[in-house]
Amino acid sequence: MVTGAGARLRAVYVACAMAAVPTTTPTTAPLRSGRRRIGDRVGDGALRTITALAALAVVVLLGAIVYKILHLAHSAWSTYGLHFVTAKTWDPVHKAFGALPFIYGTAISSLIALLISAPLAIGIALYLTELAPKGVRGVVGSLIEMLAAIPSVVLGLWGILVLGPFLANHLEPWLHRKLGFIGIFGAPEATGTGLFTAGLILTIMVVPIVASICRELFMQVPADLEEGALALGTTRWEMIRGVTLPATRSGIAAALILGLGRALGEAIAVTQVIGGGTRITNNVFGPGDTLASKIAASYQGAASSLEQSSLLYLGALLLIIGLVVNLVAQVIVRRFDPLREAR
Amino acid sequence: MGNRSDTISIDVAPVEIAQRRHAPLPENREVVFDVQDLGVRYGATTAVSGVDFDIYRNMITAVIGPSGCGKSTFIRCLNRMNDLVPGAQVDGKILYHGEDLYGSGVDPVEVRRRIGMVFQRPNPFPKSIYDNVAWGPRVLGMRKDLDERVERALRGAALWEEVKDRLKRSALSLSGGQQQRLCIARAIAIEPEVLLLDEPASALDPIATTSIEELMHGLKRDFTLVIVTHNMQQAARVADMTAFFSLEVGEGRRTGVLVEYDATEKIFTNPSDQRTEDYVTGRFG
Repeated sequence: MVTGAGARLRAVYVACAMAAVPTTTPTTAPLRSGRRRIGDRVGDGALRTITALAALAVVVLLGAIVYKILHLAHSAWSTYGLHFVTAKTWDPVHKAFGALPFIYGTAISSLIALLISAPLAIGIALYLTELAPKGVRGVVGSLIEMLAAIPSVVLGLWGILVLGPFLANHLEPWLHRKLGFIGIFGAPEATGTGLFTAGLILTIMVVPIVASICRELFMQVPADLEEGALALGTTRWEMIRGVTLPATRSGIAAALILGLGRALGEAIAVTQVIGGGTRITNNVFGPGDTLASKIAASYQGAASSLEQSSLLYLGALLLIIGLVVNLVAQVIVRRFDPLREAR
Repeated sequence: MGNRSDTISIDVAPVEIAQRRHAPLPENREVVFDVQDLGVRYGATTAVSGVDFDIYRNMITAVIGPSGCGKSTFIRCLNRMNDLVPGAQVDGKILYHGEDLYGSGVDPVEVRRRIGMVFQRPNPFPKSIYDNVAWGPRVLGMRKDLDERVERALRGAALWEEVKDRLKRSALSLSGGQQQRLCIARAIAIEPEVLLLDEPASALDPIATTSIEELMHGLKRDFTLVIVTHNMQQAARVADMTAFFSLEVGEGRRTGVLVEYDATEKIFTNPSDQRTEDYVTGRFG
């Protein structure tokens, strides 16, 4: 398409030039660049330079941040090497540091968030695009977006004051009683802080992101396709399951991964409700810490330079996880879009 | 279904008989749709009103007329696709084998299951060729001998020979004409009684159009077809019966109305309404 338009444009130029040759009208002059005003040329050049610098600044900044983190984490790296990743203890007193409890905490809290938010967010998006009456769409849609606007520290406070006590007094004891035999629903904490609470707070943060992306995705599914499905005598649900969801599955996966990225990196709200702990436990109601919450909670009070460096090592791990997650989302979108050939 | 054409005698109402001479077919045909004083409104705008005619079994009925005369609106009433348009309001009646399509308790999903539709733009699902045809039967619980059903549908749509070696390929890799025939295969795979075609060839090149038209002649044996087209030659080539819709302008409003309905040959050679004559001879529209 682009080359076609270019060729057409060139053809127009050539036609203009040729038309100009036999006649004596002064239309040949504007084709020469010399006639352009100096100001225009300077403006073009300045625009290109400024925008290029802005783009370059992003690359430089990214590089500088990565470099600094790796640099500061170096002493922990030279002390523990890769063993740091699998070491289970974090003991500032005896200067023994390992990342596994935090990797575990990050994985569990994010997994909880992902498992709960996926059906919730997809459901919300389907409701808003396919089923809700027109008036409801706009209102509920904006409310969902506003959920994302709540500052995470405020959400964390709400977690401490409302969600935690509710979970500790009602939901967690009930789950422990009914499903305790599975092993993951152990004895609840009295305060209501723990991995599960952190997971729920993360869910609240992830849902608006995933829901609004999914909503965009579902709106992009051509009405033709959905009509084609309904014209076969299928119900709305059959249409959604057979056409809408399959056509958008790569986008949904990417949206979930973006949400996951948000959950992995969230620090403040998680620090507020996760309880803080360095033990790896299979009880999701127990306290823990994530990579991000550990850094947020401990950096100010780090007792030794090795602890500080170890915290930055945690930061480097978080950075790598974040980059990988982002990359995976991009690959999924590019590789596995079933609608791609239609575009 | 008595053969009533035999009982018409020349000495009764000669003018009417003369008009009917070109259209003996409908007399002994079963009525599939009995459209009674049908009107469609979108909010305050009336798109179509006063449409009243019968559509017969195993025939191709064409709906022609200028842009905006409500052809598509009309055909989308026949399988209740207009239900999906917010604010669309249908008045009058459509009896399908005597049962009111818009009567209370009628399930639009069941209606669409029996009355299939092919759309203006080919709209294959982003699935494999096989799954495009197999999806409908699978969802509707017709899982028995699915492979045979898919092959039968693809043969019915004159597509089998072209795609039999690449059934697992994406349907979006097909050409526009092939995609449209795939959509026809998809529609007939669930064995509807009626097939509605809403300008099925308007997005296709002449060769693909020809193949769709030939296909329609073959499909007539098993299905009742209703085709909306803006292309008069196409109607003349494929249809047994033709309904001419036009726009009635009044009070600053434009409403689609049925002007004339008759055998195709009659509509194109000897129409009874001046407006039809103007349209088919190219003086209007």
